[in-house]
Amino acid sequence: MSSAMVILLTGVLVAIACALSGAFLILRRMAMMVDAISHAILPGLVAGYFLAQGPDLLAGFAGAVLAAVLTVSLVEALQNTGRMAGESAIGIVFPAMFALGTFIVSRYFANVHLDADAILYGNIEFAPFDLLYINGVNLGPQSLWVMSGLCLMNALFVSLLYKELKVATFDPGLAAALGFSPALIHYALMAVVSITTVGAFTAVGAILVVALFVVPAATAWLLTDRLAVMIALAAAIGALSAVSGYIVASALDASVAGSIATMTGVFFGLAFLFAPQHGLVARARRLQRQRVEFGVQTLLVHLLNHEQSPNRQAESAIGHLSSELRWSASFARRITRKAAQADLLRRSGDDLSLTTQGRTEAESARMAEQSDAR
Amino acid sequence: MLIELFTDYTLRNVALGSALLGIVSGALGCFAVLRRQGLLGDALAHAALPGICVAFLLTGSKAPLVLLIGAALAGWLATLLLLTVVRETRLSTDSALAIVLSTFFGFGIVLLTFISRSGSANQAGLDKFLFGQAATLVAEDVQTMGLLGAAALLILAALHKEFKLLAFDAEFAASLGFPARGLSVLLTSLIVIAIVIGLQTVGVVLMAAMLVGPAVAARQWTNRLGVMVMLAAVFGAASGVSGALISVSEANTPTGPVIILSLTVIVLGSLFFAPARGLVWDAIRRRQQRAERLSD
Repeated sequence: MSSAMVILLTGVLVAIACALSGAFLILRRMAMMVDAISHAILPGLVAGYFLAQGPDLLAGFAGAVLAAVLTVSLVEALQNTGRMAGESAIGIVFPAMFALGTFIVSRYFANVHLDADAILYGNIEFAPFDLLYINGVNLGPQSLWVMSGLCLMNALFVSLLYKELKVATFDPGLAAALGFSPALIHYALMAVVSITTVGAFTAVGAILVVALFVVPAATAWLLTDRLAVMIALAAAIGALSAVSGYIVASALDASVAGSIATMTGVFFGLAFLFAPQHGLVARARRLQRQRVEFGVQTLLVHLLNHEQSPNRQAESAIGHLSSELRWSASFARRITRKAAQADLLRRSGDDLSLTTQGRTEAESARMAEQSDAR
Repeated sequence: MLIELFTDYTLRNVALGSALLGIVSGALGCFAVLRRQGLLGDALAHAALPGICVAFLLTGSKAPLVLLIGAALAGWLATLLLLTVVRETRLSTDSALAIVLSTFFGFGIVLLTFISRSGSANQAGLDKFLFGQAATLVAEDVQTMGLLGAAALLILAALHKEFKLLAFDAEFAASLGFPARGLSVLLTSLIVIAIVIGLQTVGVVLMAAMLVGPAVAARQWTNRLGVMVMLAAVFGAASGVSGALISVSEANTPTGPVIILSLTVIVLGSLFFAPARGLVWDAIRRRQQRAERLSD
């Protein structure tokens, strides 16, 4: 396997692993908890390094997962004191843990290579050279094994506990009544997220892990209302970001992890603007359409109300419409045109009169209005 | 040691810079915390990175003021995007924060690696914003920080009544005819100034604590906003100076992390031992009450 392929595949696997449980983090409003966890595992990694007397996959993993669990419990303990808001607790715990980590590194491992930049944005570029040996047998790049494992773990977690996660997320009260503890689900999710973070940390660093967990899932939520679809979409968007991010990074000779995070942002921006239901453009157009529909209805009812009155002609003049209905002249003209196009009214010069179809519509609108008023 | 504080050039700059950061971020952090925007500072600190890089790419200059303007503009843009996403989508503030934080920072990393690999090679000054290097502060930096900080504090003092109202009841403020949205943007801009001051000293990651920590600690001691702001400034300055002193007197101790660790000690101390709200007194009271009830 070429080294480019290893990097690309590692990126795709990390992105998918994170996106799978990321959907639940978005829905449970816990996005910043990932930020806290990803920073706070540093002292755990350092402790693992210290205990194993050198870089060791398992010791580092164990230390980091412990640190992650400690972070979640500390944040919750601080919140439960009732002395500070939730986000303040996060803002106190993770910088303290991160500071402790950097402090220990610079104080006791000044001569050790624990690269500061790698902590923040990882070194996925080295993935092809970090090979896994078991009993001296070369099994290929270690990152691929770790990330495949994480992907599998997340996929199993999300699919096996799908119903439980869904109920506990959307209706914790019902979950408790049905007999499974929302707290247990919460801690299971936190454990899976912590383990995934630790694995992904080595590839993409502390901050970009957050991008992979949160951004594809948030993008997916703008595209669908169905949880299962959201999870699948999140994984697909994550993978797409990894591939396109890798291409951009190679073209610019820039950081792969940074490019992947940037691409997640680009896809989010696209969904934010152009998502079919929840996008900015779709919503602006919907609003516009509703304004026109309502305007036509108002015009029809207005005409109906004045059909019998002696000054019918004056009531229907464009100038009068804009003062009585508080419309701009151009809006009044536009509404009149729309109504005429739909064959709801006839215009001859300045005079507007309802067609049969227009009258039926105006009468039903007026009745709906009256029953609303009642 | 204390005499050196006034005579040693490096130590004086580091201590002054850290104290300034502590005062400004402590005072402004109170409003962020009370408005439940404690993590806004974290997001804005990360979002500043691409601004710094773009400022360098456009001007080729590493002058602190140029980079700080870039950082401030990026922080502004990030705030704007954040507010838009929260207003226009069903995503929670917390998700929007994480999205802005991680994508801006990712883009910053792309620019940073692009700059360092494209041969201009003197990017060396830029990555100190990641972790902060208080030890490299020179008198010019401290002057810039002092000017920015003084400006922020003056505005805060001039508008303290408006900000107070905004912090406790923004809707009431709006109904009284105060431009609540404009005030909110102004307050966020002041926080961006605090962050810009902090980037050089404690770096991107630890900046969140400089805004949240002093405010949370001060909150435990008082119920009055004015006192809280003063106390937070004092706590911020104290952790800044003690961090600077410890890191200079011991070999191999980075200033930023030590500042944050001192701050954490202050926060925990306040949380447990503050006169009225301290958790320790709470526990003692509860134990006494239980004993009384049992003896009845």
